Amino acid sequence: MTATATVRTQEGLSADKLRDAYRMMRTIREFEERLHTEFATGEIPGFVHLYAGEEASATGVCTHLDERDTIASTHRGHGHCIAKGVDVKGMMAEIYGKATGTCHGKGGSMHIADLAKGMLGANGIVGGGPPLICGTALAAKIQGTGGVSVAFFGDGASNQGTTLEAMNLASVWNLPAIFVAENNGYAESTASTWSVAADDIADRASGFGMPGVIVDGFDFFAVHEAAGEAIARARAGGGPTLIEVKFTRYFGHFEGDQQTYRADEVARAREELDCLKRFRARVTETGELSADDLDAIDAEIGQLVEESVVEAKAAPLPTEADLLTDVYINY
Amino acid sequence: MSAMTSVQRLTLAKGLNQGLRKAMEDDPKVVLMGEDVGKLGGVFRITEGLQKDFGEDRVIDTPLAESGIVGTAVGLALRGYRPVVEIQFDGFIYPAFDQIVSQVAKLHARSLGHLKLPMVIRVPFGGGIGAVEHHSESNEAYFAHTAGLRVVAVSDPADAYWMIQQAIRSDDPVMFYEPKRRYHERAEVELDEAAEAPLPLHRARVTREGTDVTLLAYGPTVKTCLQAAEAAAAEGKSLEVVDLRSLSPLDLDTITTSVKKTGRAVTVHEAATFLGMGAELAALVQRECFHHLEAPVLRVGGYNIPYPPSRFEEEFLPGLDRVLDAVDESLAY
Repeated sequence: MTATATVRTQEGLSADKLRDAYRMMRTIREFEERLHTEFATGEIPGFVHLYAGEEASATGVCTHLDERDTIASTHRGHGHCIAKGVDVKGMMAEIYGKATGTCHGKGGSMHIADLAKGMLGANGIVGGGPPLICGTALAAKIQGTGGVSVAFFGDGASNQGTTLEAMNLASVWNLPAIFVAENNGYAESTASTWSVAADDIADRASGFGMPGVIVDGFDFFAVHEAAGEAIARARAGGGPTLIEVKFTRYFGHFEGDQQTYRADEVARAREELDCLKRFRARVTETGELSADDLDAIDAEIGQLVEESVVEAKAAPLPTEADLLTDVYINY
Repeated sequence: MSAMTSVQRLTLAKGLNQGLRKAMEDDPKVVLMGEDVGKLGGVFRITEGLQKDFGEDRVIDTPLAESGIVGTAVGLALRGYRPVVEIQFDGFIYPAFDQIVSQVAKLHARSLGHLKLPMVIRVPFGGGIGAVEHHSESNEAYFAHTAGLRVVAVSDPADAYWMIQQAIRSDDPVMFYEPKRRYHERAEVELDEAAEAPLPLHRARVTREGTDVTLLAYGPTVKTCLQAAEAAAAEGKSLEVVDLRSLSPLDLDTITTSVKKTGRAVTVHEAATFLGMGAELAALVQRECFHHLEAPVLRVGGYNIPYPPSRFEEEFLPGLDRVLDAVDESLAY
């Protein structure tokens, strides 16, 4: 059954947790906006896909996770990495292709992984991630750790066989697995309103015997609540859930995308729907946090991202000898 | 139309685009399908303008589902269409691997020749565009290894224009490899078959004649080899460059005629040398040209590693230096 999560309670969110959530979203936004600017200078190699606009999804889900838990990500993975605690400076260096990066400059934007943080990896293959979490969730179940695994994937990946196989497996084995379909409206240039045969991706949940939920992806509290329910159920042995998060990405499919396929829906989203603006309006209205609190976080994050760029630019490149390493454990 | 007006200066990308257009005009059963190929015209703009002119039933946008796309093309082909599938990037083909190897390649044999599968799978391949793994791969050997598939690779705009049409006319399935880093290179293309008959699809071409060493290449490395031959000529070495064009079947006559003349051969491709096309070429050449060889057949190619991030591309891709080093090594025997 598909249900729309409409309840907007903040129960369980202390001022500290609210600050943490805001800091996480602000970090992602600052990181992505800065990359958008820096990519235009030509100094960043490879392809870069930005997560700006989608921060409430990664944050709303990952604020429930701890070191037992794992996530699998997508080509648009910076937000998931940050939300799962991957070091921001290491990520920036990685995207610059530097030896000091999270993957020593050998992964780049699309392949950041940090197993120490339970981050299984961004993924250049659409639909590559969902099957992986069946494995980590099965391991958690067998070992009884109480851990859950989350696969973030896009509307494009929701049409890949790998994603559908993974959802079926997760249900068959009653795994502590959460499938988060991030529907930003377009798989590259292809509109999800056309490419997804059901009205909503969440409708597919019933076909795999799991609950399906639709949430407003611009609303941190909505995502947080829906994810909280699903994750608590999974930890308690209640099996998988499909959560469809709907929003708009603020930038093109990749940096450099002309975006001829969509009208300018971004300006309105930024103005009226933006997750950071809404979060700020809400917590200052209720008095849970002050504007000064939030401004201080903005300043702190601005500084962090600035330092990460300066350090990434100054960091050494990998050497030619590094080209041939890390293919096998032993040669 | 005079001979003058039938020659156009085209990029390799435009050659493909015009070749596809011509094939669609010539045969109403030709349909194109793939991710973003219709409204957008493909991420490399190879199908640009075709949906507008031929309609949505002939240039079909698909959801993101490579296995399903190729399977659908099989069904269309079985019903008399000539589908041309675009795989967006080389590394995105693997979800469709099962359909290609288990269905596309086998239906003709499985039906004892009753069924034919006239379909083309276009694969932009190779590196050099600043991308990463999944977007820069050379996976042609997987498919050349699979009986039942024809595999070709184009290297210039004229071949792009003609070979795509020939591949579409083939009653067997054709894997059609396009060197994406050469998409924007221009050359004059004779568009009139009567003025200059195109080479058959599965024939290799001696692109540059020489006497000392034969370079065997295809796709993006043909240009690399032509540049190497130019550089070697300045040092008094005469290199012959053979553009294989067809990887399966191989045009062994053209290859062995060249190697018997020069007595030396170097294979050059971006794919890893380990079990790459060069391995098969080396085996065939040593068998067919054994008494003519002055040196072992040498192979230049990618290292046996996953395609590296773009900072490493220059070190990874076989460039002039590695080709010329191999030439020197061959000549030193």
